[in-house]
Amino acid sequence: MKAAVIVFPGSNCDRDMKVAIEQSMGSAPEMVWHGDSELPDTDLIAIPGGFSYGDYLRCGAIAGNSPIMREVVKKAADGVPVLAVCNGFQVATETGMLPGALLRNANQKFICKDVDLQVVGRNERFVGAFETGQIVRFPVAHHDGNFFADEETLARLEGEGQVAFRYSDSDGNVSDETNINGSCNNIAGIYNEAGNILGLMPHPERLISEQLGGTDGKIFFDNLINSLS
Amino acid sequence: MKARVTISLKNGVLDPQGKAIEHALHGLGFEGVNDVRQGKVIELDLGDISKEDAPATVDKMCTQLLANTVIENYAIELLD
Repeated sequence: MKAAVIVFPGSNCDRDMKVAIEQSMGSAPEMVWHGDSELPDTDLIAIPGGFSYGDYLRCGAIAGNSPIMREVVKKAADGVPVLAVCNGFQVATETGMLPGALLRNANQKFICKDVDLQVVGRNERFVGAFETGQIVRFPVAHHDGNFFADEETLARLEGEGQVAFRYSDSDGNVSDETNINGSCNNIAGIYNEAGNILGLMPHPERLISEQLGGTDGKIFFDNLINSLS
Repeated sequence: MKARVTISLKNGVLDPQGKAIEHALHGLGFEGVNDVRQGKVIELDLGDISKEDAPATVDKMCTQLLANTVIENYAIELLD
């Protein structure tokens, strides 16, 4: 089993992504530089968090035009699983792999804390280890995580089960109070139509051991890696 | 040949930065300001491109990179 983590200038969560994948897979993923025009053969592609290109122009906009992203988009269209976290989610929307866009947080602040998320859709590969409606805890660290999509797109995401996570509280309440950044419908993560791409603002790779404060991330990655075999 | 591209948020897209600017203006005594939307201006030096080719080329630059057409509109001005 092989995994690849894409690295852009300014990516800073690539190491955490590597550690999380390695912990669950037993072997290290390949770190793939954005300037490469060929992707190695791989069972999973991870686009990590960070500030690729300093968030210049728009978050993920310039990274989305990297040579390697052309290959990632092609592989994703072929069905290769893609995990796009935070800046990765921004890159995914900028390249059209996922619909919508990530705007500046409604409260203008950089939000950096552990949050409760409600697991929404059914997707064995990404959330098979969780029950629908279960509350999981991942950290967020972002300034531009406000998910936006027009009414037609939102209706389609909701109707087709493409919403993956919503910002909630530990009791499962999904409301304006629990919406940390103004995202439409409290959406924290979405799947593409085919269900092989997950984009989310929270960082499962940052909560993979008790030492770090929680293991929901480990459960997430164990399930994801198992699903690849 | 130069071009100036003005990029603005589509109607219906929340502009928290515009709101923050609006509140700051109110705080400065400009109470009559009802709405503020912040955009960006990008100026391009296109080199030796022909007048005929310029509009389509800049338009492609906009749709491929300069603007995110999910949330932004763009307007192109060609300057001599």
